[in-house]
Amino acid sequence: MATSELIEKFVFIFILFAVTLGIAAYATYFERKVAAWFQDRIGPDRAGPFGILQPLADGAKLFVKEDFIPERAEKWLFILGPGIAMFTALMTGSVIPWGKDLDLFGQSVQLQVADVNIGILFIMGFLSIGVYGIMIGGWASNNKYSLYGAIRASSQMISYELAMGICVITIVMLSGSLSLRNIVEEQHGMNWNIFYQPLGFIIFFVCALAETNRAPFDLPECESELIGGYHTEYGSMKMGFYLFAEYVALFTSSAVISVLFFGGYNFPGMDYFSGNTLALLGVLAMFTKTFFFVFVFMWIRWTLPRFRFDQLMHLGWKSLIPISLFNLLITAIIIAIKEGWFN
Amino acid sequence: MESLSNRKQVVSKKEMTFMEKIYLPAILGGMWITFKHLFRKNNTTKYPEEVREFAPVYRGQHVLKRDEQGRENCTACGLCAVACPAEAITMVSEERKKGEEHLYREEKYASTYEINMLRCIFCGLCEEACPKEAIFLTDRIVPSNFERGEFVFGKDKLVESVEERIDITKRQHTGKRGTK
Repeated sequence: MATSELIEKFVFIFILFAVTLGIAAYATYFERKVAAWFQDRIGPDRAGPFGILQPLADGAKLFVKEDFIPERAEKWLFILGPGIAMFTALMTGSVIPWGKDLDLFGQSVQLQVADVNIGILFIMGFLSIGVYGIMIGGWASNNKYSLYGAIRASSQMISYELAMGICVITIVMLSGSLSLRNIVEEQHGMNWNIFYQPLGFIIFFVCALAETNRAPFDLPECESELIGGYHTEYGSMKMGFYLFAEYVALFTSSAVISVLFFGGYNFPGMDYFSGNTLALLGVLAMFTKTFFFVFVFMWIRWTLPRFRFDQLMHLGWKSLIPISLFNLLITAIIIAIKEGWFN
Repeated sequence: MESLSNRKQVVSKKEMTFMEKIYLPAILGGMWITFKHLFRKNNTTKYPEEVREFAPVYRGQHVLKRDEQGRENCTACGLCAVACPAEAITMVSEERKKGEEHLYREEKYASTYEINMLRCIFCGLCEEACPKEAIFLTDRIVPSNFERGEFVFGKDKLVESVEERIDITKRQHTGKRGTK
């Protein structure tokens, strides 16, 4: 790999890292604002105009708090937990194509950290590792509530990853590739997967809610029963990492949803543009879709009450998996007919 | 039994229909309701900047009134202490000496008058019992404190000063004489 290419990647990774962290920080602010709007309140408005410095204030608060490790806790695992959660949440963003290639200084810059040819598998893999952060943190805390939260998180992840995986297989069958860039390229213009897979989208969306531990599936950290779940014993920036990882995961899963079902950086009427304009508009389209889904995630959180645990398992195993299998079968048959297998 | 409010509902444990089982219509309905709230006016009072107006019936910190010539109204009859259900009021009475006529309106006055603000339930019975229109509850909030002892308010905190009278004319009970 040439040095210039290395530098280019390095700069892009740095920008993506900063943008992801910035968006995650402002997602916390936005979440509180959205919650306030839904409840006819104002929300945070003290730090700076309209409270836009609130994330900074929160961050500063978390940094200066006492970094406490319980006496009976497994020290290294206790420290490792939030790190894993944060690492995996950030890694999933690396294979997402944020836009078409950009022409800069006579060089074509790819707006994607790595165009891995198994991109979607990579994301699924890191999502599954993500639960280790919660699991290790909850177990190392040596606290029954944390352990309950961790157990709930892992069982929930296992249950919902299946249906999610089946939905992804359906999408892969449609586009014939595991690479996220190819999947996006297949959905040129308005040819989005949502029009072929509405059922798949609903299932994938529900699973994404469960995978990111968001309401109505926020059982791993339900305050009313588990005092905060897996991060009960955490304080200071370790706690901040867990909360942050949740918002990073929220952002990346919104991005994955818009890539898989809503055409990523494709937008209607994109054939009228070309070159850098097209690439930048594509990035804009991608971010608009992503932010819309972030908003929908929040919208759902402030609308629905939490599921009961048996309802959660019931929904995952008895409803979503059969429906997604059915969806897979129908899609397979239709593809087979189109390919002329039955002639 | 006949329902009094006509809001009685018979609870049934019937099986959910298919539409109810897939949850989605109910969830979308709920989301529509929250969406409508996005455009509602918020009803927040930004407290330090704007203060909500107290109702005229609000019962806050007590005041011991003086009359127009700046003489204390209280004659230490003790009716407030008797009326007080929380037994928060204590007082010591004393006879007015010669030359103190400009300080106390009647021949007898309270040399000490204490209300324990932690005992007080702000019922306003002292105000009702008082025959001399001396004690009133106002719209002032009792300030917080770190020490319990500080909550026993003596005459220094209760009696209004001659220069800075406490306005009670907007109160519900302002006395028969309309004491200002």
